[in-house]
Order: sequence, then structure tokens, then C-alpha cells
Amino acid sequence: MVSMSKIATGNGHGENSPYFDGWKAYETNPFHPIDRPDGVIQMGLAENQLCFEFIKKWLMEHPEASLCTAEGVNRFKETALFQDYHGMPEFRQAVAKFMGKVRGDRVKFDPDRIVMSGGATGAHEMVAFCLADPGEALLVPTPYYPGFDRDLRWRTGVELVPVICESSHNFQITRTAMEAAYEKAQEANLKVKGLLITNPSNPLGTTMDRETLKSIVKFINEKNIHLIGDEIYAATVFKDPEFVSISEVIQEVECNHDLIHIVYSLSKDMGFPGFRVGIVYSYNDAVVNCARKMSSYGLVSSQTQHLIATMLNDDDFLHNFIMESKEQLFKRHKYFTWSLSQVGIGSLKSNGGLFIWMDLRKLLKEKTFDAEMDLWRVIINEVKLNVSPGSSFHCHEPGWFRVCFANMEDNTMEVALSRIRSFILKNNESIIPRKLCRRSSLKLSLSRSLSRRMDDFMSPAGIMSPHSPLPQSPLVRART
Amino acid sequence: MGLLSRKATCNTHGQDSSYFLGWQEYEKNPYNEVNNPNGIIQMGLAENQLCLDLLEPWLMKNPDALGLKRDGISIFKELALFQDYNGFPAFKRALVDFMGEIRGNKVSFDPNHVVLTAGATSANETLMFCLADQGDAFLLPTPYYPGFDRDLRWRTGVEIVPIHCTSSNGFKVTLPAIEQAYRQAQKRKLRVKGVLITNPSNPLGTTMARDELDLLINFIEDKQIHLISDEIYSGTVFTSPSFVSVMEVLKDRDLDQTQVWERVHIVYSLSKDLGLPGFRVGAIYSNDPVVVSAATKMSSFGLVSSQTQYLLSAMLLDKKFTKEYMSENHKRLQKQQKDLVAGLEKAGIRCLDSNAGLFCWVDMRHLLKSNTFEAEMELWQKIVYHVKINISPGSSCHCIEPGWFRVCFANMSESTLKLAIQRLKSFVSSIGMKSQNHQELKSLRRKSRNNWVFRLSLQSFYDREQDATTKVSFSYRPHFMSLSNIAATLDAAA
Repeated sequence: MVSMSKIATGNGHGENSPYFDGWKAYETNPFHPIDRPDGVIQMGLAENQLCFEFIKKWLMEHPEASLCTAEGVNRFKETALFQDYHGMPEFRQAVAKFMGKVRGDRVKFDPDRIVMSGGATGAHEMVAFCLADPGEALLVPTPYYPGFDRDLRWRTGVELVPVICESSHNFQITRTAMEAAYEKAQEANLKVKGLLITNPSNPLGTTMDRETLKSIVKFINEKNIHLIGDEIYAATVFKDPEFVSISEVIQEVECNHDLIHIVYSLSKDMGFPGFRVGIVYSYNDAVVNCARKMSSYGLVSSQTQHLIATMLNDDDFLHNFIMESKEQLFKRHKYFTWSLSQVGIGSLKSNGGLFIWMDLRKLLKEKTFDAEMDLWRVIINEVKLNVSPGSSFHCHEPGWFRVCFANMEDNTMEVALSRIRSFILKNNESIIPRKLCRRSSLKLSLSRSLSRRMDDFMSPAGIMSPHSPLPQSPLVRART
Repeated sequence: MGLLSRKATCNTHGQDSSYFLGWQEYEKNPYNEVNNPNGIIQMGLAENQLCLDLLEPWLMKNPDALGLKRDGISIFKELALFQDYNGFPAFKRALVDFMGEIRGNKVSFDPNHVVLTAGATSANETLMFCLADQGDAFLLPTPYYPGFDRDLRWRTGVEIVPIHCTSSNGFKVTLPAIEQAYRQAQKRKLRVKGVLITNPSNPLGTTMARDELDLLINFIEDKQIHLISDEIYSGTVFTSPSFVSVMEVLKDRDLDQTQVWERVHIVYSLSKDLGLPGFRVGAIYSNDPVVVSAATKMSSFGLVSSQTQYLLSAMLLDKKFTKEYMSENHKRLQKQQKDLVAGLEKAGIRCLDSNAGLFCWVDMRHLLKSNTFEAEMELWQKIVYHVKINISPGSSCHCIEPGWFRVCFANMSESTLKLAIQRLKSFVSSIGMKSQNHQELKSLRRKSRNNWVFRLSLQSFYDREQDATTKVSFSYRPHFMSLSNIAATLDAAA
């Protein structure tokens, strides 16, 4: 009796990971401020919802972007027929311009090197198909985005070897860690074809400094392996240090440009995951050529290419959007991390991304991943928040959780924060710093009534408004 | 370099095929009525451009669809965020209704069995990944769409074993041919996972008869393998016999809800029926929930843009519009096909009787110097470079008989079609002319006009003789180039 393929019947899709379990819990009981106020709040989905009003306004003023004018309708035929896998020239030019702007115009991108793909998901798989044969390996620093297990390995047969990064180094990539991973791969008889970094990092929310990037470029150059830079969060860097792209670093460090490739998308920076705009940008002509042919499996809808081209070719919009997005993310991040710090929850100091890397090691019963899972189940089932446990990101140490903050309205954020506060106050008085008690002259106790007063203190109607400039709390448990 | 994967450095992307090379030549010198009246006319691209003018008034009347609004209110945010691989429910419902309509509502489809993909290209590859392991094989009747060589094999590592069909019976699939292919696969030590048919056929333009479909169902039942029916042209059936989908046959034979039912899968797309290839809307329909589940997860690598799902759900939900559109579509396709067939006949060229598709399967065997693929290539090159028409040689479709060409007619205006026919007529007359002088044929790279100095005796279509009866009275050294070398040669010529 014939069956389906091994690929289809195996677990390579990765959907049995706890990363997705939390989503499932959310889906069966999603929070809604009116209809389901006790539902699970989704903090496991890295979406950028903070700039839609801004974009909507632009769209209303530019109906031609949606082909909604009389002229546009005439263009409809041309657009509907356009299936050239090179992509619309205006689309590629617009994307190249955007990418350059996001890097402060310190680099210029060549529109002819831009290859489309079905989102970054499609881009990653495509790059893996181009660079590695089944059984070969890519090195990936941990913690990393769980989707990579599927995107890079599932249908390609490529293996992933982790480059272990630790909290003692703020999870930065070190030369030692890269060498260790490389050796480990060799011992396992795996031919290493490349190193994939995500910068800004998911799940850390941090950007890599220039020295680290230089060290990485030197490493891959020495080993003659590829470097894939996933820069999907490039425009989400909301404060210093400034984002440094590998495209800049290769201008400063000697290296073989044929080894350098960038994966990009508009899903995070612009908040358009539904439009499936993925990009592969390679400095290697053969890869551009091959990827372009492969892009047939996931071209960007010409309707969407037209929309994006019109939007991103508007220089004013481009400039203003980037500023607006940074500002919104900065405010949201600041408020969120400050609020958490008030109940003694710290997170890795971050300057980008749509999430924080929350440190809940203190709340673990013991320093194990089982304990992490236990804590995570409590957070899902009792606190009713979907957050992503560090183990699903292959983090080497238990106790870290990725918590997304840019995918919700302000009031939902407040509800999430109050639930967190309640939970912490109920369960762990010891983690509330005494200094805070004295400073704020509130005697914190375990009683619920007090925690409600705490809520008043924190709510927008009270002293602290999410939009007012907040003092940087000296008690923010930044991990530096 | 050795640094890239084998997939990146091999030829399985198929782009060195004459099918794609002809397109490249067209790109270098595209015909335009006003700006480039001597350019190459594109008859190698199966696009349906005949009814796009009907879409424009609909769009003006329904501005919300393009404007991403619902009842006048912007739903931009909702759409921009919608990345659920299960697809936009309204779109899937509209799509299955549309598919049902095309099949005269003799079968109905369940939206929960649909997987949306970025075009049929992605759908076909995804099904391969789901149903076959690397090194397994699928049987395909020839001639078949050249893109399958890439879509089914390139990244999947699956092999294609041809089921050879011939003109002796109008290229219909026969049991001996299927069995021969199966044996061939076994000889090559390939595990056959299924059969893939295109119905209506590309490049033949014909619909499969019920007995052919019965044959295939019996075969896959017996061998316990899958059947994929690529029905991308189902909406282009413009005259009788009417389209019969494999799903209908299964239903009529009371085979629904049996094991074989779960091994039959359909591929669809809106690129041909609606003429919207740019929007990348493909679909897999399977009765097997495990296949649906696996394919749905894989669709993450190529989802349909939510912006497009929304536009098309609005369009397809307007059933009055789609009925009118399809009816007009059929009328225009039929007229254009008739014009092409009649025009070619005046030039002494016959076509396979067809009732669907965006092309004709044209018999130019009598124009070949010899009954060989080299001669077919020679003829093709003349047609591309000198007659200035891009058509697709049968060999690129893996046809087992030389001399057949796929000629597309739905991607041009009536006047362009007329011009193309005129050019072909002149070409055929010129090669029928006797000439006093023998001249060595110059290289095809020369821009100056060549005098063809040979005489072919035209033979009847039904009694093909071998080379001996063909009188060739010129001296010409044919350059046989393997398909994979043509690219290099053309590059050098460019």
C-alpha cells in the first residue's frame, strides 16, 4: 500500500514544538477585550501592529497604489499578466531603496540582486536549497527562531548545528562558540556550508556590534563557508546602538563576497506578513541566478508588488514611516520593560525587535527545562498569556521566555501587564525589590486589594501614562 | 566553485530547454504593432488575454475589492496581518464554488480540502514533496508541459517516466503505453508513486475521454498509487466534448469514500481560466486529510498574498459575473482557435482537433527535412529567427514524434494572429518553391536574408514515409545541437 513521502509523514514541519502549542492554546481561547476578557493574550506572535493608522492614512491618499483609480484599473491587465520571476523593476528598486534607507544610506543595494520569495519562510528554504545538499549543515547561533528548524531543514534535508551562546556573554556570538560548533559538526561528519545569523536577533531583540560582525565575517571567510544574514527586523531598531548590517561590514573587512547573502521581508518592519513579501539578496551571481529560478515557487503577487512599489517609492512616506515606527516601538518597549521591572521581572537589554527576552530564571523551581515547561504551562493556563519558552528557541539555559509586545492595542497590553503583576505578587513576594517599596512608599503585600491599587498606580488614568516620558527605573533588571 | 548545492549547479531547472530559449529570443525582439512590427510574435506563452477587458468594468463597479475595504471601511490591517496558511475562508469557499461551476456542478468541492499555493507551479512541487521521496517516480503522458521537468523534479529529486502517446490515436493514453512506462520505471529501479495527467491537456488542447479516465483509475487502483490531475485549463473548454473531471468519474463509479478516492488529487490555478498569472493563485485539492494537512504546512513556503485572496474572493463570489465571464471567455477562445486552425489550413498545415486550452497542437511533420528531432530543431530555429514567431517544439514537450509544435493563440489580438498566420503562410510557400541555385545555407546568426534552396515534397498527413521519399536538393550542413548546448550557442549569437 503506497504511502506518502517521508517528508510529509515525519515531524520536520516542527509543529509539535511548544512554540506552536502556545498558539494552539491561544486559538482555542483568544482574548478579546469585550467578548472574551478572560481569554489567552497572544504574546507569542512577533507582529508589528503599531503603525497601521499611519499606513492606512497614506493608502487613503494614494488610491493608485491599490490600482483603484481609473488609470489604475487600466493598469490592472498589465499587472494581472505580470509573472516574470525577475519581479517588477519598480518593486525591486523600491525595496532596494528601503533597505538602503534603513541602513542609514551607508550601503546601496542593487535592485538586480533582489530576488523574490514566499515571505522570509520561502527565502530561507530557497537559500538552503541553493547553498547546501541534503546531509550538509548550517551553523545557527542559539537561541534562534523555531521556524528555522522547518524552513532550513524540512524539505531540504539540511542539518542545523547550534552555536551555543550564553547569558554570561549576553548571548553574544563568540569566536570560541563558532569554532566549537564547527568542530562539533566535523566530528559528526557533517560538512558545514554556512553560518546563519539573525541580526537584529530573534528572540533576543539585540543588534550585533560591529566587532562581533567583523569577527563573524572573518570566521566564515577563513572557513570558506557562506554567511546568511537574516535582517528581517532591520527597521525595528528603536534605539542605540544603531543597526549595523553585514552589508556594511563587508565594505570594511576583506572577504569573498560570493559567500554573503541577506534574507529580508516586509513582514516585521512594515507589519505586512499577509502580503508574503520575502527577499533574497545575494552578492553571489550564481546564487542570484539560481534563486531567481527557484523563486517561481513563491513569487510575490504582482498586485502586491505594485502596492509596495508605489508605497516605498514615495520618499516622504519612507522617511516618515521609519521614524514613526521607531518611535512607537521605543515607547511600547520602554513602557513594557519598565512595568515589568516594577514587579522585579528583568529582561535582556534590547534595542530592536518586536519582543523582549524575559528572564524568569528566578521563578523556576529548579534549573531545568522541565521546570521551564512547568512554569510555561502555568503562564499559559493560569496567567493566560501565550509566551514562548526559551527551549523552543534551543536556548542553552532554562528560564528565558520571549514575550512579544508590538502586536496588541494599548489596553490589551495593560491587561497583560496586570495579569503578570497579579501572578508575581501572588506567587513570589521575594522577587519584589525592597528598594522599590520604600521609594514608592507603597507597602506591597500579597493581598489582592493592594495589587489592585498597584494597578491604579500603573494605569493610564493614574500617574503613569504609557505615552508620557517615563523615568528610566534604576531597578530595571537589565542584564549587562 | 563547489560551494553551492548540486541543485544550484545542475540543469534540472530546465531553463536550457528550447521552450524557454524561444522566450528569451522573444524578449530580445518582441513584436509590437506600432513600435516593432517586425519583431518576434510570441506564440509560445500560454496566457489568456482575451477577456481581461471584462474585468475592468467589474473592478470599477466594485472598488472595495481592490481598495481593501469591506462595506466602505478599510480592512487593510486585517489583511496585512492575515498569514494563516489555512487561507481566507471566504476565498476558499468562492474558489470551490467556481471549480464546481466549471464542472457543471456535477461534483462539489469541500473548502476544507483545499490548500492554497503560490501558483500551480508551487502546487505541483508541493504535491511531489508530499507524495514521493527522492528517487521515486511519477508517470506522465507525453507530450507534457515542459515546466513539469522543473516543478516536479528539481528540488524534490523525483523522477518522471514518460507514458508515450502518439498521433496514431490522437495522442490518447492507452493501457499498453501506461504499462510500458511502469515497466520502464521498474527497469530503472524507480518506485512509481503515481501518475500525473493534465486534463485538459497541455500541449494538446484536448480533454480526456471518460474511457481514458477509467483506464487511469483502474490502473492506479490496481497498483495502489496516486493520481494527480492538473486541471488548470478546466475553464478553457470552449466546445464539445464537455469537460469531465476525474472526480466526476470517481463519483459516477461510486468510488467516492473508497481508498482510491483518497489517492486522487487535483491541481488548479486561476492563471489560465481567469488570465491572472501575476497574482499567483494556485490550489491543491485532495480527498486525503493527511495530504491536505501536510500540504497546508508546506504552503508556508508559498502562500497567496492576502491582498489577492481578498480581491478574488469578492470577484468569485459574484456568481453572475463569473458566469458571464466564463461564457464570453469560451466564445472568444473558440473564435480565436477557429481563426488559427483555418488560417493554418490555408497554409497546408493541420492541427490536432482540440476543444480546450490556449493553444493548438500543430502538425508540421511534412515541413521537416527528415523525420528526426534534428530536423525539428532546424525548422524551429527558422520559425523563430526568420519567420519571427516563437512557438514551442514538440521535443521540448517530450513528444515522441518529431514535427509537432504547440502554438498559442489566446495571448494576442485578432490582428496579431492574422499577421502571424500570414507570416507562416509565406514561409510555407517559400519552402515549397523550386529554386535554380543551390546555395549553402548561411549560419542562422547572420542577419541577411537567406535563400532557402531546397524542395520538399509535401506528403499527406496520414501516410508518413521515411526520409527516402523526401527530395532534398540543396547542400546544407545541418548543425545538430543538443538541447543543452543551444543556450551556449544562442548566447554567443546574441
